[in-house]
Amino acid sequence: MTPPTSSAITLHINGEKRTLPVDHRTTLLDALREKLDLTGTKKGCDQGQCGACTVLLDGRRTVSCLQLAVAAEGREITTIEGMAEGDRLHPVQQAFLDLDGYQCGYCTPGQICSAVAVIEEHAAGWPSAVTDDVRPEAGPPPLTPEEIRERMSGNLCRCGAYVSIVEAVARAAAGRTTAESAGHPTVEAAGRTAVEAAGRATAAKAGEAAA
Amino acid sequence: MTAPTALRGAVGTAHARVEGRDKVTGAARYAAEIPFAELAHGWLVLSTAARGRIRSVEAGPVLDMPGVLTVLHHGTAPRVDSEYIGMLGVPPDPSVALFQNDRVPHAGWPVALVVAETSEQAREAAEALVVHYEEEPHDIGFDAGRTDAYPVDGHMPAVTEKGDLAARLAESAVVVDAEYTTPEEHHNPMEPHAATARWDGGRLDVVDSNQGSTWVADELCKLFSLDPASVRVRSEHVGGGFGSKGVRAHQVAAVMASTLLQRPVRVVLTRRQMFSLAGYRSPTIQRVRLGADPDGRLRALEHESLSLTSTVYEFVEPSAGVARAMYDADAHRTANQVVRLDVPTPTWMRAPGEAPGSFALESALDELAEKCRIDPIALRVRNEPGTGPVSGLPFSSRNLVACFEEGARRFGWADRDPRPGMRRDGRWLLGTGTAAASFPAGAGPSTAALTAEADGSFTVRIAASDIGTGARTALTLIAADALETAPERVRVRIGDSDFGPAMIAGGSMGTRSWAWAITVAAGELRERLAAGNGIPPEGVTVRSDTTAAIGALAQKERHSFGAQFAEVAVDAGTGEVRVRRMLGIFAAGRIVNPLTARGQLVGGMTWGISMALHEEAVRDRVSGGHVGADLAGYHVASHADVPHIEADWIDDPDPDDPVGIKGIGEIGIVGAAAAIANAVRHATGVRHRSLPIRPDRVLAAGTGAQDA
Repeated sequence: MTPPTSSAITLHINGEKRTLPVDHRTTLLDALREKLDLTGTKKGCDQGQCGACTVLLDGRRTVSCLQLAVAAEGREITTIEGMAEGDRLHPVQQAFLDLDGYQCGYCTPGQICSAVAVIEEHAAGWPSAVTDDVRPEAGPPPLTPEEIRERMSGNLCRCGAYVSIVEAVARAAAGRTTAESAGHPTVEAAGRTAVEAAGRATAAKAGEAAA
Repeated sequence: MTAPTALRGAVGTAHARVEGRDKVTGAARYAAEIPFAELAHGWLVLSTAARGRIRSVEAGPVLDMPGVLTVLHHGTAPRVDSEYIGMLGVPPDPSVALFQNDRVPHAGWPVALVVAETSEQAREAAEALVVHYEEEPHDIGFDAGRTDAYPVDGHMPAVTEKGDLAARLAESAVVVDAEYTTPEEHHNPMEPHAATARWDGGRLDVVDSNQGSTWVADELCKLFSLDPASVRVRSEHVGGGFGSKGVRAHQVAAVMASTLLQRPVRVVLTRRQMFSLAGYRSPTIQRVRLGADPDGRLRALEHESLSLTSTVYEFVEPSAGVARAMYDADAHRTANQVVRLDVPTPTWMRAPGEAPGSFALESALDELAEKCRIDPIALRVRNEPGTGPVSGLPFSSRNLVACFEEGARRFGWADRDPRPGMRRDGRWLLGTGTAAASFPAGAGPSTAALTAEADGSFTVRIAASDIGTGARTALTLIAADALETAPERVRVRIGDSDFGPAMIAGGSMGTRSWAWAITVAAGELRERLAAGNGIPPEGVTVRSDTTAAIGALAQKERHSFGAQFAEVAVDAGTGEVRVRRMLGIFAAGRIVNPLTARGQLVGGMTWGISMALHEEAVRDRVSGGHVGADLAGYHVASHADVPHIEADWIDDPDPDDPVGIKGIGEIGIVGAAAAIANAVRHATGVRHRSLPIRPDRVLAAGTGAQDA
């Protein structure tokens, strides 16, 4: 007897249970797009190199093109379609919209899912490759533009909207921090105007150094 | 930023994208995301041979695999006609005439399409399909010594020349003579090319991702010998294009299969297939010779560029064209040549010609400034031409100097020590560089339909394409102002060939061309409404066609200009180059939506970083195919590569455009790579004349040496 090549599985997506038959070769990405009509998750490379298919799996970001659908059974999956609460956009979505953190929009769902996870990872104290002090007692490093760039680097944007994406992530992170505590000065300073001012300050400094 | 002229209403104020909410919630559907009942999936099979003939396609075993519906190849595919002239006035690249014969002109040539019930089945069957080839020796060697190179016109004359070059060079006190190279570069829009074709009530309906729906419809109609009224192409959301999204193998394959199977068929290119099927920018080998007086005034200028094309179609990357608008000299010669090799046909890629051409020319200007011991900006100001250097025509406007002045002030250029290798930050050597930018400002004929609805709102229908430029939003603002209403009362519908002929999203001409058609229609609609006969339930619709108006434009040198500035840090120990900041100041016509315009310009500059430091497609001489044809093997700039970039503009409305637009899609990349390379020279004392400036090249060149 030949072994079965498809199975019925139940996926927990955006708070709903969805039961569907899947070919065992089907990736989570294709299951979302082709079987469940959740086409917000994008296919950019289908081999884990671009980040367009990023979703949250049990709260952590993952590239859904490298995940078989059958292996996602029983886990909590959050896609871009599950980010807003009704008509109220997630703060990260709102920041992308307001600050034009995109152009063609194709990498955008992956960028947003990644950004939501980045803000959580940072708040939980995870260091990155550019974090200066990685001792646990040091606590979360300031979420500087450099930290955001490093942490978001798994998500390519060919239109080159990185500058506004970083601003959007900073703004959303600042909002979260403001809401939850007294606010973080470095994060607070990372809005569009402040970043531009910083660029000018660097320019002035460079001028001094050269002079 | 100087005060903008004559602001009226919505144009000139920042507006979030009208489709922005759909894009951030995942609701915006791209080409491969529209569901169809009975949809079948096609998977292309590409040649592993680099040249030769197909001996056989072993379709039998594959047809027995689960779910497989058909295998199309040169023995089974319907015939198409590729002997025509398309909407843009050029014949099609025969590469889109799929499966018409057994010839294989390059590695990655499409040899078959496997269609199955599911994409998993189609993919497995396509990978299992055995194709036998009769291989012939191939030639992919691209070098300056090619004796078979020849001049090609493309969209401009191949060669322009005036004056006695040899004599003026011999008389020149200062001479620069250098060769610059740029590699093969790929567009890599984030959304892979995708199309679903189906027959619906006797009409061919193609849901596609393209840069011009009427353009693609026209080509498909001619290829398949169909009545124009029986072809509809839609392309509502497009995940990036950059020149690559015209007629390609995927649409043709989908149409063939859906015709044969009489059901909807979707064909999506894989990322790897895009490297062979989506077009690319040819590598270039450029030689620039400059002769100047001691004060930097140019007496001789020669720019020669060699690019490659396939054996089946002539395409030229006109890199030598940039000097025709930028700098004059008593003796002036520019020439574009190509060599034909066993490779896919290249195509337009963001700022074709200007992007690689400005790298060579603006690097050479920097070399000249150094030799003359004058400031690079002063050198450019000294060589500002009064009229077109080749054409002799007046410039419609030329605000390059104003861009440099504003940029120099904001960048802190005045305090720069021109001596190379003088600044350090720990292990990093620091340097700054600048370069000029230009890109032609043009418009193409378009039609638009504007409807005054009975409820007081307006609907615009135009076969425009928003590939991320923000065109949909810009056109909404333009229509609102032209109709003297609020943007919220205007709905702009685009991306449908049924809306009539329109310019493509290309050549930085899309928004200007479409805005023109909308402005004309709006004027007539307002007159009709003013006549005051009320609005019937079906609304009042007015159509416009700008063909005559654009044809009547006076001949002038029409360009956008810009000044690029970059600061880099170079790690002499690892060879790593980091861009620390960039500033671009542009004179690029009226800016319709500052929010999205900034994205266009910064996006172009980001491409400049990517071009200067990262992008390079490498071909294997033995197989004729790519090494690492994916986003790991071909690095495009990522978040961590891109610092804060500022782009701004000076007031520069085009005097002959109804809205004052020039176009901003491409100028951001022009000169950007040269500014970075010039900054690397300033940091290290080494001139890098080959892109990308890879760590191994920096290490091999060392620091402080004269040349790399």
